[in-house]
Amino acid sequence: MKKTPMLIIGGGPAGLSCAIQAASLGQSVTIVERSHSLGGQLVKQTHKFFGSEKQYASVRGFKIAELLIQEYEKYKDLIEVVLDATVTGLYPDKVCTIVQNGRYYKIKSEVIVVATGASEKFIAFENNDLPGIYGAGAVQTLMNQYGVLPGNKIVMVGSGNIGLIVSYQLMQAGVKVVSVLEAAPLIGGYLVHASKLRRLGVPIHTSKSILKANGSACVESIVIADLDDSWNPIPGTEETVEVDAVCVSVGLSPMHQLLSMVGARILFIPELGGWVPKVSECHETSVDNIFACGDLSGVEEASSAMVEGRLTGLFAARRLLGTIDNDESIHQDLISQLEGLRSGPFGKKTREGLLQMKEEGQC
Amino acid sequence: MRDDKIIICRCEDVTLADVKRCLEEGYTNFEDLKRQLRVGMGPCQGQTCSALIQREIAKFTHKAMKDVPIQKTRPLIIGVELRAIKDGAIDES
Repeated sequence: MKKTPMLIIGGGPAGLSCAIQAASLGQSVTIVERSHSLGGQLVKQTHKFFGSEKQYASVRGFKIAELLIQEYEKYKDLIEVVLDATVTGLYPDKVCTIVQNGRYYKIKSEVIVVATGASEKFIAFENNDLPGIYGAGAVQTLMNQYGVLPGNKIVMVGSGNIGLIVSYQLMQAGVKVVSVLEAAPLIGGYLVHASKLRRLGVPIHTSKSILKANGSACVESIVIADLDDSWNPIPGTEETVEVDAVCVSVGLSPMHQLLSMVGARILFIPELGGWVPKVSECHETSVDNIFACGDLSGVEEASSAMVEGRLTGLFAARRLLGTIDNDESIHQDLISQLEGLRSGPFGKKTREGLLQMKEEGQC
Repeated sequence: MRDDKIIICRCEDVTLADVKRCLEEGYTNFEDLKRQLRVGMGPCQGQTCSALIQREIAKFTHKAMKDVPIQKTRPLIIGVELRAIKDGAIDES
């Protein structure tokens, strides 16, 4: 059986940052990544990031992926990357089963960092399986990575940052965004993104959602309606909108399956995306030597995932190496970066979620 | 709204009508629904349907979302060819 001291599951912003941090401290690591390249969702993100310089502010997502990969290349001797490989099972003795191009094998590790990220939430409406109904991730992959338009006339369901940013990108690509629908009474994302859309003439309707898609072979129109305070459709407010595509962007669910199967404690904290693993301040789960970071331990922006990844890289390396030079200053720097990213009104949800996590007691 | 046109688990093609029928029959937790309908047993292993089903159970049983557990996940989380597992068994040491 293949052995490695430290295994990182997922080579997205959190996992890759974790590997770089651990390697910079002298720890050798193995990253197992499902797709054929590192960088995770960053590779399809063409928008510029916020934050400060350390979190690559005003650099576009796919460029950040390139910068992280360049940084990884400095530590190539210490970071082994296994691509096109999916971890299919995680066991209490820290053995992972992996499938890579049809080959099934195992890796045993002393410390494991799970950084599997999150997947898109789905919503229930009539004919929600018609072709032409996409998740925002699929739209970004098609449009930003492969240059394929998802449709010509589209309605965006969800006004979080992803919904707003992808709507803007659709307009840039020449797609007519008819409107953005938000079930909640307030726009979910940053005002700066919403304003850009409004200046282009795209209406953002709050307390409104999709009830139904019509069409035989693909979407031809949709029915939308106003929602009451309990998010139920108000009869009589239905209207039909002609579109050939619908983009659903209603949030992300942490991908906790591997941790769930190894018996790690999973908590329901809606502010963090739903079911999330309980982690300590050191990002360790309730299973000794298994850590979690990034969107998996609470859905946030990629900027936070990168800092959390580095922080977890420090904790995991500390476990294996014992003492670390400049431990305290690295730790303080990363903690203050995270606090900065989570300060202000838009960090409120995350702060409340993390407080609930803390109140749940020891792992 | 036609519940039989609303897909809840797209891997196994299970509709909201199927879920509601099972709830009425007394299968009011995820593990029971899984055994009746195969929800959460397809390629995505419940990553897509679990939150929707959790909400339906919460509504039906008048429980808070946090009090409605979702499915237990077991290996393997994606489809693996039996041949790959057989060949992989050589590498046990």
